[in-house]
Amino acid sequence: MSLLDPVWTSLLYLAAAVCFILALRGLSSPRTARRGNLVGALGALIAVASVFLSARLENIPWILAAMAVGSAVAAPVARRVKMTQMPQLVALFNGVGGGAAALVALLELGHAENAWVRVAIVFTLLVGAVSFAGSGVTFAKLQELMTTRPVVFPGLPVVMSLVLLAAVAAGAAVVLTGSLPLAVLLLVLGLASGILLVLPVGGADVPIVISLLNAFTGLAVAASGLVLGNVLLVVAGTLVGASGTILTRAMAAAMGRSVAGILFGAFRGGSTAGSTAVSQRPVRSSSPEDVAVLLGYAQRVIIVPGYGLAVAQGQHTAAELALALEARGIEVDFAIHPVAGRMPGHMNVLLAEANVPYESLKEMGEINPEFKTTDVALVVGANDVVNPAAKTSSGSPIYGMPILEVAEARQVVFLKRSMRPGFAGIENDLLYEPQTSLLFGDAKDSLAQVLGAVKAL
Amino acid sequence: MDGTALLTITVLAVFVGFEVVSKVSSTLHTPLMSGANAIHGIILVGAIIVAGQAADPWVLAVALLAVVLATANLVGGFVVTDRMLHMFHAKKDAARTVTGPKGGSK
Repeated sequence: MSLLDPVWTSLLYLAAAVCFILALRGLSSPRTARRGNLVGALGALIAVASVFLSARLENIPWILAAMAVGSAVAAPVARRVKMTQMPQLVALFNGVGGGAAALVALLELGHAENAWVRVAIVFTLLVGAVSFAGSGVTFAKLQELMTTRPVVFPGLPVVMSLVLLAAVAAGAAVVLTGSLPLAVLLLVLGLASGILLVLPVGGADVPIVISLLNAFTGLAVAASGLVLGNVLLVVAGTLVGASGTILTRAMAAAMGRSVAGILFGAFRGGSTAGSTAVSQRPVRSSSPEDVAVLLGYAQRVIIVPGYGLAVAQGQHTAAELALALEARGIEVDFAIHPVAGRMPGHMNVLLAEANVPYESLKEMGEINPEFKTTDVALVVGANDVVNPAAKTSSGSPIYGMPILEVAEARQVVFLKRSMRPGFAGIENDLLYEPQTSLLFGDAKDSLAQVLGAVKAL
Repeated sequence: MDGTALLTITVLAVFVGFEVVSKVSSTLHTPLMSGANAIHGIILVGAIIVAGQAADPWVLAVALLAVVLATANLVGGFVVTDRMLHMFHAKKDAARTVTGPKGGSK
């Protein structure tokens, strides 16, 4: 049955594409972001409704049942997931999207009219499979189903090169012959390259890889649009591919690294491996009560939350501490490094969840001049993003990375689990400065103890 | 649609994609990634078309698997993005009340 003529279908697809563009634009401001997302969902609804109305479809009950299954699985998970586990959920959703694109391409092989369509099919198969398998590995790393350290084994570059060569050969053969078994082989090779690509990436770099794979899935969807001759898939996929590329670069730049360095760094001997070396220099360690006195009698406090806070799920305690300090008339802000947490902007989400007002979350450029007039900078579970080596020592692996200039504050307090360096694997000289004191322990426990001591002042 | 028209649209979409997201503040990078992630779930349209044309049961089975995966991407992506953004919005009314452990969903 075909209720709509092709002109109407095209117009509805255009409307959906405009919705997607408006959605991405809406997401650029906190005021319009939520509406933007709803506009995107509306676009998806329009698109799905028009495909049912326009194309001559068989098996409609089956399709509706499959959609019901997909929604029934995904919606409750999306609604219930803890905000700290959200990055791995995004990775998972991204992976299944890539998988869907690869399957669509595989099934379209029989209908391919010419070699160009088969080129698009090969591209979709390969990129979709890489995205699916790669996202699976990032999910396992973030969910800590496997080690978050880079996984390298001797001969990995050789294996990787062989797999890629085989994939190129299989792809060329599929373009020339249209053979289905070879396409399945290509799919398997794509899955293998996805796994091999992400295994050597260190835990801290995984978010950048998620963003990259997100862009990959977008490109796979765009290519599948070329295969099906469907403009909407082309536009939506390309939008995501382009925005994902920008995001990936922004994330990598904020960490002072290159995307190629993250993907292939481990092959060259690994800068992300991290180090467990502990320096013997003396540090000033402090008690929760001492920290409470420092904070309680300050006029201005800036809290610098990092990865450790997210891992310890201490964001609610941090928000409570800020509230307790403000009740004492102290000005409190949160300084957010672009890559704090596990994804860029992740810390903002975690703190928003803990009801910290958006206005007290200050971005790096805005807050850095204010450290000079700050009494206490409280660094919770962050290290590399406040390491002055990024500015001063040109030989350092993080040299050039923009940092939060906590060293300018009169007093610096680190809440740290141990003296182990951050993921960049380098020492932070700030820890040994006279104005710095350290409180060792789990971020959430330490914050709770400090909070109790502040309340008792 | 012929190849050149599709190519034109693709190239223009690349520029729109760059332009639209280049101004996003880093605060919203995570919701943006998640929102973009939901948008590529629109591969569901492709999966529905393929499933709707399937004659062979094996083809139908694989196509339906693609429909399930794509729906999960699309629905889950929009829901999780909405939840994230709800948090940015919710505390405007809640002002600075640190409520119980999880900031509630309305």
